[in-house]
Formats: sequence, structure tokens, C-alpha cells
Amino acid sequence: MKLLDEYRNEALAQKIVAEIRRTVTRPWVLMVVCGGQTHSIVKYGLDRLLPAQVELVHGPGCPVCVTSLEMIDKAHAIARRPEVIFCSFGDMLRVPGSGADLLIIKSRGADVRVVYSPIDCLKIARANPDRKVVFFAIGFETTAPANAMAVWQARHQGLKNFSILVSHVLVPPSIASILQSPLNRVQGFLGPGHVCTVMGYREYEPLSARFHVPIVITGFEPLDLLEGTLMAIRQLEAGEAKVENQYGRVVSREGNRVAQEFVNKVFEVCDRKWRGVGSIPKSGYKLRWEFRDHDAERLFDVKEIDTQEPEECISGLVLRGVKKPHDCPAFGKQCTPDHPLGATMVSAEGACAAYYAYGRHLQTAEEKAFFPS
Amino acid sequence: MCLAIPGKVIEIAQDENGVRMGRANFGGIVKQVCLEYTPDVHLGDFVLVHVGFALGKVDEEEAARTYKLLEEMKQLSELEVPTGDGADAGARGSP
Repeated sequence: MKLLDEYRNEALAQKIVAEIRRTVTRPWVLMVVCGGQTHSIVKYGLDRLLPAQVELVHGPGCPVCVTSLEMIDKAHAIARRPEVIFCSFGDMLRVPGSGADLLIIKSRGADVRVVYSPIDCLKIARANPDRKVVFFAIGFETTAPANAMAVWQARHQGLKNFSILVSHVLVPPSIASILQSPLNRVQGFLGPGHVCTVMGYREYEPLSARFHVPIVITGFEPLDLLEGTLMAIRQLEAGEAKVENQYGRVVSREGNRVAQEFVNKVFEVCDRKWRGVGSIPKSGYKLRWEFRDHDAERLFDVKEIDTQEPEECISGLVLRGVKKPHDCPAFGKQCTPDHPLGATMVSAEGACAAYYAYGRHLQTAEEKAFFPS
Repeated sequence: MCLAIPGKVIEIAQDENGVRMGRANFGGIVKQVCLEYTPDVHLGDFVLVHVGFALGKVDEEEAARTYKLLEEMKQLSELEVPTGDGADAGARGSP
């Protein structure tokens, strides 16, 4: 079992944990919104350092996980076309649609390419004027400035053979949706540090006030996550509900205004369907009308696809913090990273994949009694 | 996915389309970075980079610490995806 044996600031971490123990008087459930933070927590075993009253659940902050099956099937339909060069971030390649995944489609002859940045697709488009280059534009607010710039540049440079398939999602509406659910257990949030690097945290203030929940914008290091937890617990114990910024060395209240303005020039807010969760009003971005010539959904006229998720998969409940990976009977058995049933097992940042990667499916009965998470 | 990696800006130049671009050094790997969203960044500054775009400045100490953490977490593989024509579909990036 790997707790803090490779952790550099163990003494300081223990101090924060001790302070959490001193502070907490009753059970609290905190949601860690971002998939990267979930990964860090499970890797370093931070959840197991916390007193039993503090439960960390994992949120919807994994764009690969929440991209709807319909959208993935649309991506596959576009990627199969002979005139298309389909570009994607690497971690979308293994996400199963209703049928295959992008790797399988590639093995059958489709031109599927992994790119580091959406801007790289412009070079591909310039080099292949007789082909149509499509980029699978997934992501939260962190990724929107990059995708916006790629489309803006394509229009500016007259690259008519470049388009993006947009499946952008936004964090604040997903938090509101979780809090409005009758199944909700979440009482406080560790907010996503890099989303807020772009967006700032002003838009979290009305959420915190409306639902009376603490939201602590938190960084990605083990010490950040422990400190963010302490700040949220302090608020909960004091009956407070406000937005605090643990990641102040990177995040400001206003965020990156230049990037926000640019994103608003290219994208507008729309309703968006989230895998496992369903449609959430005003929870995504789509391209503005001026950029319709670069909108792959419009250009390729892919029909609405009727899709079906495996019945035994509970990833929708995991994404909303209602259940944890352990609660699923298929976890680590029928469902593994090599044979994922649902999206939370496919992406390394999905809660199920993170739990699996760090051996949580191998827990002994004694460990389960000791670490009931 | 919202991973952001700190790098040191070693070159700043407008590209042929007037976009503020540059190159950043990520612990030895040098990659192209768009600096359009960080107009106040100068040569030698450390920036937080997400999918080839600088999103904000960080100080050197913060950059070194974050980099070490990401290395431990084996989350730097996206830097191995070639920037050029992106033809190497076998490489796995983890944005």
C-alpha cells in the first residue's frame, strides 16, 4: 500500500492532516471536481490520511469521461470518411463508442492522428489541401482558449479544410446540477485550479451563496489538496459558505481576461449532454454562427445516433459523487482499463481508472474495514 | 485533461500570421508555445502551458516543484507527441 512513502513534504502534510483532525467534529462529504486532482489524491493515498469523518468523492471533471456517447459515435462516423484526417488528443483514442474506438477505426484504415495541440492541426490542413482535417475539440474551460485560437486562425488564414467537432463542457453548471439532484450528498467542493486559471472564480460566488456550499479553488499538489480540504472543513464546521482560493499563486479572481475575451469571440454557451449524467442546460460551448464553416457537426451532417450504455455501468453515479468506484460490482472484474464498460474507466483521469491504477480493487477485507472509502 | 505544465520561455516571436508564439523549455524538452494569452510574459519567464498555450505566469520555484510532481505522476507523456505534422498516431498524449 502506497501512502506517503514517496512524498516529499510528509511532515508538513501530517501537520495539515492533524489540523483537519482537530477541526472536524462530524461527517462531511467533499467533492473533488477535477480528474487530475482525483488522480493525485488516489496516487498519494491522501484520502486515507484523512479522518473517517471526511469523505472525498469524485466529480465530473474529466472531459474524456463526460463526452457523450452520441458525440463519440459522431466522431467515429466522421473519422471513417476517406477524405478526413481526424485529429485528437491521445486519450480519446481508446474511448469506446457504441461500436469501436478510434484506435480500431485507425487500424481499419482511417487516417486518425494524435496531436499535442489543436494548433498543430492547422499545419496538417495546410499540408493536405485536398483532405478535410477535423479536430475533436473536447475539454473544459482550460482547453477552450486553445481550441478557440485554432478556429480563429483557420478562418483568418482561409483554411477552409479545417473544422472542429465541439464537445466543450463547463464546470459551474455541472456543480449546480449535482447540487440540485435529490441524490446529492456533496456539502463542499475543491474547485478546479486550472479551469480557474483561465476563468477566475467570480462565477463560483453565486453558486456558493445560492446552495450555501463552500467552494475552495485548489491546486494539484498533495499539499494543495490537503490544504484545500482543511479550508473547506473549516468553513463547514463554522457554518460558512464562501469561495476561497487555496491556489492563489496561480489563480486570480478575474482569471485570464485576454483568454476569456477570445473564447467569447469564438464560442457561445449552449446546452450540452454529459455522458452518464444527461443534458445540463447552458453547460457547454458551441461555435458562434460566424464560424459555422469550421463546425464539423454542421459540415458532415452526421445523423443523430441512437446509443446504448452497458446496463451494469454506474459511471453516471460516480461522476455525480453519489457512488464511488468500489460500489460497482463490475469494478476490477468485468470492467478494467483494458476492457472498460464506461467512461470513468477509460481515461486515466476517470475515478474508476485512478482507483484501479493504484490497486484499490485489490484491497483486502481488513483494508476495506479500515478504509471504507 | 486540464493538466498544465510549467516551462521556461526561451524565445518569443510573431509568426507569419501575426500570432505571438514562442518556444518553452520543459525540463530539457523544447516545444512551441502560443503566447497570445500572456501578453505580459518576457524571455526567461516561466509559464503554465496547456496543450501548447501559455495560460499564465508562474514563478521559478513553483515551476520546479510542479514539474517534479508531474514527473513523479508520469504525466509528462504529452510532451512526447510530436508538434510537427502530428503523424505519429501511435504516441499517447494525455492532455
